[in-house]
Amino acid sequence: MRSNLVRSAGILAALAVFFAAPTRIYAQFGWSAPPPESAASIPAAQLLQPDELNRLLHAPGANKPLIFQVGSHMLFAQAHIAGSEYAGAGSQSEGLKQLQARVAPLARKTFIVLYCGCCPWSRCPNVGPAFKLLRDQGFNNVKVLYIANNLGADWVDKGYPVERGY
Amino acid sequence: MLLVCLIASAQTESLLNKQAPEFARTDLNGARIDLAGFRGKVVLLDFWATWCASCQVEMPAFVQWQREYGPQGLQVLGISMDDDPALAHRLAAKLRLNYPVAMGDEKLGELYGGVLGLPLTYLIDRKGIVRARFQGETDLKTIEKQLKALLAEHEPMR
Repeated sequence: MRSNLVRSAGILAALAVFFAAPTRIYAQFGWSAPPPESAASIPAAQLLQPDELNRLLHAPGANKPLIFQVGSHMLFAQAHIAGSEYAGAGSQSEGLKQLQARVAPLARKTFIVLYCGCCPWSRCPNVGPAFKLLRDQGFNNVKVLYIANNLGADWVDKGYPVERGY
Repeated sequence: MLLVCLIASAQTESLLNKQAPEFARTDLNGARIDLAGFRGKVVLLDFWATWCASCQVEMPAFVQWQREYGPQGLQVLGISMDDDPALAHRLAAKLRLNYPVAMGDEKLGELYGGVLGLPLTYLIDRKGIVRARFQGETDLKTIEKQLKALLAEHEPMR
């Protein structure tokens, strides 16, 4: 009886350590710990598919969103969604400050779409922190463009509207 | 001025089996690198960035390949697509990259069909022809297999 209790306590302690210190445990096995605000943390209801955004951009009279690219500026300069603005890399504190400054004067109900497209969705370091910032700032009409692979494959190559430059 | 246009797929058409676009840059150590100067070698051209997790999975393998296949004629070249060179410097030092790394820009990206997602790796043969393109997370064994096949082609006279 006592040995069962000890064994159970040991298992619980091991599980607690595993879940309490995932970064260390992951690193021990050579795995990358998921970042605290990964793209996966964004609720599915807040995601927008590329074809949906494309339709929205073409729909006459539709409520057009403000579209912010929150990834690499170098990628933005090569190609970005027509009408979108560069708003700073979400994975960097300077980038988040830039985004915060950009949205500061906006009404909290402003329709905003965030996107990055630097990497496959699960690896994107930018959209999660940018989405969290806007949510924490009280914005309640924010969508994040779900780019499964990258902007080239999931937007440009589909012939959706693109601009380039700064 | 903002250049507004539709970038058609044709503009990002495949470079496969075409002459690799020439470029010359100064690497992170201040040395000049010129793609044409590597003619006769098999070049693995890796576009990467510090924010690209997948890139950092691949780069240690590239370091190993440079060491292992360098004597057979492999030359790895890294192009950082970071906005801030300091970040690239730090990661290159941390990963102990044993091959040249230069900073990229949108012009170089466009030259290579648009670097609109990372990682992006090209294999260029000894004649300077693009023979393979790998976009996104790719099985390293697939890249290595093609790399070895290119190294076996047109072995230089010893």
